[in-house]
Amino acid sequence: MSITDIQVTDELVHGDDHHEEHHEQSFIFKYIFSTDHKTIAKQFLITGIFWAILGGGLSVIFRLQLGFPDMDMGFLQPFMGDWISNSGKLDPEFYLAMITMHGTIMVFFVLTAGLSGTFSNYLIPLQLGARDMASGFMNLLSYWFFFLSSLIMFISMFLSTGPASGGWTIYPPLSALPQAMSGSGMGMTLWLVSMVFFIASTLLGGINYITTVINLRTEGMTFRRMPLTIWAFFITAVLGLLSFPVLVACVLLLVFDRSFGTSFYLSEIFIGGEALPNLGGSPILFQHLFWFFGHPEVYIVILPALGITSEVISTNSRKPIFGYTAMIGSILAIAFLSFIVWAHHMFITGMNPFLGSIFMFLTLIIAIPSAVKAFNYITTLWKGNLVFTPAMLFSIGLVSFFISGGLTGLFLGNAAIDINLHDTYFVVAHFHLVMGSAAFFGLLAGVYHWFPKMFGRMMDEKLGYIHFWLTFVGVYLVFFPLHYIGIAGFPRRYYSFTNFDAFSSFVDLNSFVTVAAIITFGAQFIFLFNFFYNIFKGKKAPLNPWNSNTLEWTTPRIPEHGNWPGEIPKVYRWPYDYSKPGAKDDFIPQTVPYHQTKESNTDFENEESKKEQSAT
Amino acid sequence: MENTAVIFANRNFKLKSVNAKKFALWLFIVSICMLFAGLTSAYIVKKSDGRWLQFDMPDMFLYSTVVLVLSSVAMHWTYLKAKDNSLKAVKIGITATAAIAIAFFYMQYLSWVKLVSQDVFLVGNPSGSFVYIFSGLHLAHLIGGLVFLLVVFLDTMNYKVHSKSMLAIEMCTTYWHFLGGLWIYLYLFLVMNN
Repeated sequence: MSITDIQVTDELVHGDDHHEEHHEQSFIFKYIFSTDHKTIAKQFLITGIFWAILGGGLSVIFRLQLGFPDMDMGFLQPFMGDWISNSGKLDPEFYLAMITMHGTIMVFFVLTAGLSGTFSNYLIPLQLGARDMASGFMNLLSYWFFFLSSLIMFISMFLSTGPASGGWTIYPPLSALPQAMSGSGMGMTLWLVSMVFFIASTLLGGINYITTVINLRTEGMTFRRMPLTIWAFFITAVLGLLSFPVLVACVLLLVFDRSFGTSFYLSEIFIGGEALPNLGGSPILFQHLFWFFGHPEVYIVILPALGITSEVISTNSRKPIFGYTAMIGSILAIAFLSFIVWAHHMFITGMNPFLGSIFMFLTLIIAIPSAVKAFNYITTLWKGNLVFTPAMLFSIGLVSFFISGGLTGLFLGNAAIDINLHDTYFVVAHFHLVMGSAAFFGLLAGVYHWFPKMFGRMMDEKLGYIHFWLTFVGVYLVFFPLHYIGIAGFPRRYYSFTNFDAFSSFVDLNSFVTVAAIITFGAQFIFLFNFFYNIFKGKKAPLNPWNSNTLEWTTPRIPEHGNWPGEIPKVYRWPYDYSKPGAKDDFIPQTVPYHQTKESNTDFENEESKKEQSAT
Repeated sequence: MENTAVIFANRNFKLKSVNAKKFALWLFIVSICMLFAGLTSAYIVKKSDGRWLQFDMPDMFLYSTVVLVLSSVAMHWTYLKAKDNSLKAVKIGITATAAIAIAFFYMQYLSWVKLVSQDVFLVGNPSGSFVYIFSGLHLAHLIGGLVFLLVVFLDTMNYKVHSKSMLAIEMCTTYWHFLGGLWIYLYLFLVMNN
């Protein structure tokens, strides 16, 4: 019996010491099939930006239809071909396809993959002091599954029968029966295939994020010293790991109903006077499964944005984040509650009113941790030495949207009011503010804040300010009027309201919203110019442009693969020592030991500093 | 690429923490649990709706369950042999585990045939469809387990599995026992709820 006894040596050593050698990688492995978390993060970001332009562009087109129903859209024919009729009218079925694609793109491709994919990948290793993710290969797979999924979804938009059109929630029987609408044929099939790859991508990414946070923190980086960004990404990944498999279950049964003729979601359906053979299924079952995933999904979208905001607001207020522990507690509470409130999306399905009141009660509890977060942001800003960088403005904008959109959540969480407001523009206004715009502002804040680290150059501040004010005012001008339109009874997803006399007094308001949407969308091109131009031409960034405490600012201007050229820095304190009384600067990075800051230490920290010195 | 290899060789292991790969496997298992938790909850919700077809579960499912438990026993024996460095026994053990698993596949198929003879089809009342979906999806995961077994088998051929290099076989054993436990859960769930 021959046994080869090979390398058990390194297993017990922290072993990062020899990292000086850097081999030149070929272009393909450095920029395309890279296993480096920073490159993968940028790939997610650029793909996310592509999708955001497309998703936003679609919304402008259907806003034109809603705001100016008599408009001649012939000028769009070069892009949209037969979807614009020869008399210049938008095809009603394609209108449904566009709102479906807008929702799918924004929820999944921009605010899940674009947000978590970018910042979890970029910041987890850099802020924890790790060389890379736990598995670079899984990370590579995660991006390329996302790419494949994107490609399939993109192709589906060019089918002659149109992409999936049953809304982003793909409720059966509409989505299950190809006879029901043209988008439920090949378009829906491609939607499902695309989502399978998307889920695989999210799970691979999520497993990696969690493992990295648990296993690869640098010495001294205890959970109580982790930046709130990392806490948010960590819990987001846990939410994804627990909820996306349920979407698999949900979609799997739909695939069987569509392709194999089972009856999980279908029962007693007549199409064109002919009865379908399906018996015994229930479309409500789909909604239960979908929203068990769907509700955590909205927190998957918003939590990373809140994490980014915590970091940006604290840094730019030059103050410790108010209530660090309460922030972590509220993230955990929101994550827990997100799994037991799903039926508030289903109040009008004829559910037992008693059950409805339980879900209503649980839903309203979410107001507490959400309010804790909002108050903590405000109290962090209170009497701070505010530095209004573009990132800071976008973070404050996020807090504003989170509050004004969250307030309408209290209305919608009540079954009695929701039954009236369900599927109206009031709901549209609510989630576009609290989840859509807030998360989007978190994404932008993150880009403005970490751009200097990502590309080693600065973005232009003035363009950033113009971008912020146009977008901030624009978003409110778009979504605030939608509340009124919703209360007036406008149902969402309708192609046109010109046939209803009751709605004729709102024509002007709808046109106003459309104009505001066009201006807001246009303002994003200022950002795009600022972003792409400064990747190449921007002013070179200093090492720590925002005087921040976290570890990513201890890396070289452009970190190579492995992040730190020498040893990984050790961490001695929490990341929020801003404006500490007695300290000579208004920030003390996490890498500064307590025994070097005698002048600002508390009694407890002096004890810690003795321990540090006896350890060395 | 070499550079990457160096980083990964040195960095995956750290004092006082779970091995990153093992931890990732456990997370993967959690996600599979959520998948089947979702499906079995769907079963309960659907059943409470009524219009539910009652039928007897074929006895073959019971026999196949016993067989799958046997394969878990074989897997565990293999794992203990790897700890003892008896590589020949490891190879026999892996082969036996895989062979028993393939027998399990065949017995699941026989159970399906029996179901069909009872007029319970994939296409029809959801109570029957669920049985096919649960057992089929479990088999799909078992195929993953067989691939994992093959990988460990090839590692053993290259002398990469032994008492000081147990990671691969430990993870494989964990996954295999999990798949056994998963099927027992599904079987008991179906028997008790049908």
